[in-house]
Amino acid sequence: MIRREFLKTSGMLIVGVSAGAIVGPFAIDVDAQGAARGLYPDPDYHQLDSWIVIHDDNTATFFVGKTDCGQGTGTSFRQMMSDELDIAFDKTTCVMGTTDITVDQGGSGGSDAIQTDGWPMRRVAAEARRVLLDMGSQRLGVPIAGLTVSNAVITAKNDPSKHVSYGELVGGKKFNVTLTGANIDATTGVAKVKPVQELKMVGQSPQRYDIPAKVNGSLKWAVDVKLPGMVHARNVKPPVAGAKLIGVDESSVRNMPGFVKVVSKGNYVAVVCEREEQAIAAAKALKCNWQKPATPQLPNGSDGLFKYMRETMPKSSQAPNHIGNTDAAFANAAKVVEAEYDVPFQGHNALAPAHALADPSNGQMTIYSNDMKSYGMRNGVATFLGMPREQVRVIWMEGPQGYGRTAADDAGFEAAYIAKELGRPVRMQWMRDEEQAWDTKGPAFTFKIRGALDAQGNMTALDYTARSADYNHLGYNEPDTVLIAQLMGQRRDRPAAGSSAFPNDMYAIPNRRTLLEVVGLPLLWETPLRTGNLRDPNGPQSTFAAESFIDEMAFAAKADPIEFRMRMLMAGKDEDGGFKRARSIAVLKAAAEKFGWQPRPWPNANRGSGDILTGRGVSYTYRNQTVIAQIAEVEVNRKTGRVWVKRAVVGHDCGLVINPEALRRTIEGATQHGISRSLYEEVAFDTEKVLSKDWVTHPTLTHLDAPAQIDVVLVNGDPNPNRPDLPHYGAGEAAMKPVIAAVANAIFDATGVRFRRVPFRKERVLAALKAANV
Amino acid sequence: MANITLRVNGSAHTVDVEPSTPLLYILRNDLGLQGPRFGCGLGQCGACTVIINGAAVRSCITPTASVRGEVTTLEGLAQDGKLHPLQQAWIDEQAPQCGFCQNGQIMTAKALLDKNPHPTDEQIRQGMAGTLCRCMTYYRVQAAIKRAAGRNS
Repeated sequence: MIRREFLKTSGMLIVGVSAGAIVGPFAIDVDAQGAARGLYPDPDYHQLDSWIVIHDDNTATFFVGKTDCGQGTGTSFRQMMSDELDIAFDKTTCVMGTTDITVDQGGSGGSDAIQTDGWPMRRVAAEARRVLLDMGSQRLGVPIAGLTVSNAVITAKNDPSKHVSYGELVGGKKFNVTLTGANIDATTGVAKVKPVQELKMVGQSPQRYDIPAKVNGSLKWAVDVKLPGMVHARNVKPPVAGAKLIGVDESSVRNMPGFVKVVSKGNYVAVVCEREEQAIAAAKALKCNWQKPATPQLPNGSDGLFKYMRETMPKSSQAPNHIGNTDAAFANAAKVVEAEYDVPFQGHNALAPAHALADPSNGQMTIYSNDMKSYGMRNGVATFLGMPREQVRVIWMEGPQGYGRTAADDAGFEAAYIAKELGRPVRMQWMRDEEQAWDTKGPAFTFKIRGALDAQGNMTALDYTARSADYNHLGYNEPDTVLIAQLMGQRRDRPAAGSSAFPNDMYAIPNRRTLLEVVGLPLLWETPLRTGNLRDPNGPQSTFAAESFIDEMAFAAKADPIEFRMRMLMAGKDEDGGFKRARSIAVLKAAAEKFGWQPRPWPNANRGSGDILTGRGVSYTYRNQTVIAQIAEVEVNRKTGRVWVKRAVVGHDCGLVINPEALRRTIEGATQHGISRSLYEEVAFDTEKVLSKDWVTHPTLTHLDAPAQIDVVLVNGDPNPNRPDLPHYGAGEAAMKPVIAAVANAIFDATGVRFRRVPFRKERVLAALKAANV
Repeated sequence: MANITLRVNGSAHTVDVEPSTPLLYILRNDLGLQGPRFGCGLGQCGACTVIINGAAVRSCITPTASVRGEVTTLEGLAQDGKLHPLQQAWIDEQAPQCGFCQNGQIMTAKALLDKNPHPTDEQIRQGMAGTLCRCMTYYRVQAAIKRAAGRNS
């Protein structure tokens, strides 16, 4: 494939069957002979040529080290970079996340694509423009001050007949410009980025370039890669947590059609066959002798888990963060409110299970993967297999999103391990029951919160303890914590500490004590209850507790929930460089206005007298610098317990918006994901194993639950909204964070019943309503 | 193993496979199609949906030997280089996030609209209820279906 053909593909990464099918920037092309020998060097982020290539036909390709999880970040990168470069958006393409041709920006995670990684992208594009202007000045014999640039053509201001295009200047050639910066995030040239007012594509909504191929069937996903001689692998997982493999009876499958091999080490077992359906059948048929542990290793379901978490000494307990004099405030309180909240393990439950294809040809290892952190996988696999990094690469391709699942991807490691054993390309594909049981989980939490009100109904103290079940939290593609490594017996001396979470708010509460604790479960390794980063890892849990509690305080103070929050925001003096307090006020106001929120007594006196009770609930928080307010309007069916979020209003301030329509859809998706976590999601397990194994035993939001209306209000609450350096903050996760609390608060308004345990499934709602005679 | 002839997107293909093999694996691995995808293998999520005799069928639980009639996959919706109105509506609404489930969303919606060109909101919800999306694009998918059905909301 040559560069021109590549450009015709509208920016979609095309992967063929040979290693040479993907075209890298010049900085990498010079190593093409090395690539043929199976050597994959790291693209040098200090070379402009690693980031941007200008082609003869006056088009450009951007090479960035991110992956697009479906929120349209690739389109946004093109907007930002084409703006700085002064080239038309539709004359550009973007290549992402393939370790040997794009610089290592870490892939996706933390909603930092626009907030953090967008800056070096803007700066290198600005630098390319500066260098091109310099070249143009020399070519045209006109000082730079006398030149203007539009759509990749440099023209003399006083003589339009004098012009030269980027393609004429550097098309097919290298820039050979060295950049500076202590790390990749700091990468910069000499040029400055443009002030916001001069950006043309930023703020517009070009359609996402990846969507047409996703709706016409032409996109080649990571699941679609086929290589000559490839075989299919399926795992056989321990039947109960903590089981030991005593033996594998290969004769149970040896005569099955297409059988290739059983691969086994420690407690890791996989079966390989020529065809996919053969591998599925063989994995089912393989007889393994597993020895159960002497005692069951897991708490007994969520009830057992919460009890265990409350009664167990934490593995870590940070010194309380203390402001003011909380004890005195409680002693002097007119009213004290106390509550406890529980959030279970919630799985990633990607629509399709983990998968990857690994090619061991020519002594190298190429992994075709949807790993959002492809660079981490490359490093992890190299260490795991004991191969030099230079001989391992990961080609990132689109896949089903798990919103954090692929940050600790298992299938890539497994495919690579088996491929190395076999010397043939191996496609590993997890099955649904395996994914539901063994994917990484968002940590469970218990919360204990107290609050004090003075005689005027002002909140004077907050005493907050959050305890997570997050000890031995999984890192990003670590060679000694990925599941295959655990099953093969690898153990760390010091498991990852895990984390708990503060409430994120800008309320002026003069006395606060915050205690964050992490407990470990009895089974730390080879457990299906291993924790990883699920969309906004701890935020939905802590915000559910904190913002439910603020609602309880408002109710105790006989105040309107928005008025109560607003009062505490307005009373504050704290401010930071991101003006979070000012933007919190703006966002909450904007959401209330859009919803048409009028203060009234609550619970809702006009909730309805039939089966359907209606109510509204608000929740507010921030994530990093992005501020969000969610207002949910719910219908609760008192005959069935079913909750429907009929309308959601989201106030959202993430600073400078790159692509408003892509942002709206990201927020809509995060909002509905939050509703799913509010109403359905809970990992079921007994003392031996996870019982969630499919979409029946682990229900999820469906079309029946989609809100009738979602209003996204994009807010610019910066005190100086037109400042030329208005930053762009992250948006992938933030909108999910306050959803669960908004739903719980709305159910309270509709029913007068407070739900302090997630999820609010209809059986649980119905039981609580009956108990309360609603 | 047995020779089985399938008609897919207007062409006939003969494959030599175990007759009980789910259609999904034949479409993907033998015919090289990429529209239908594996999501659960249990007929619960819809990612593998194809259309046979006008009905949306879960190819992951359909034995290949049981197939009677023409199979249409996502690749077969466009006619003469022109996208199906549903596909165009999906682009106009910018409906997908990751997009992995959208084969099932589009194919299920096609079977729905072919039977009922002007569904109500409730008929759309009911008709699409078994087609899952873990990016939760339901709101936009429903908007895209209404758009394709000629409604303006």
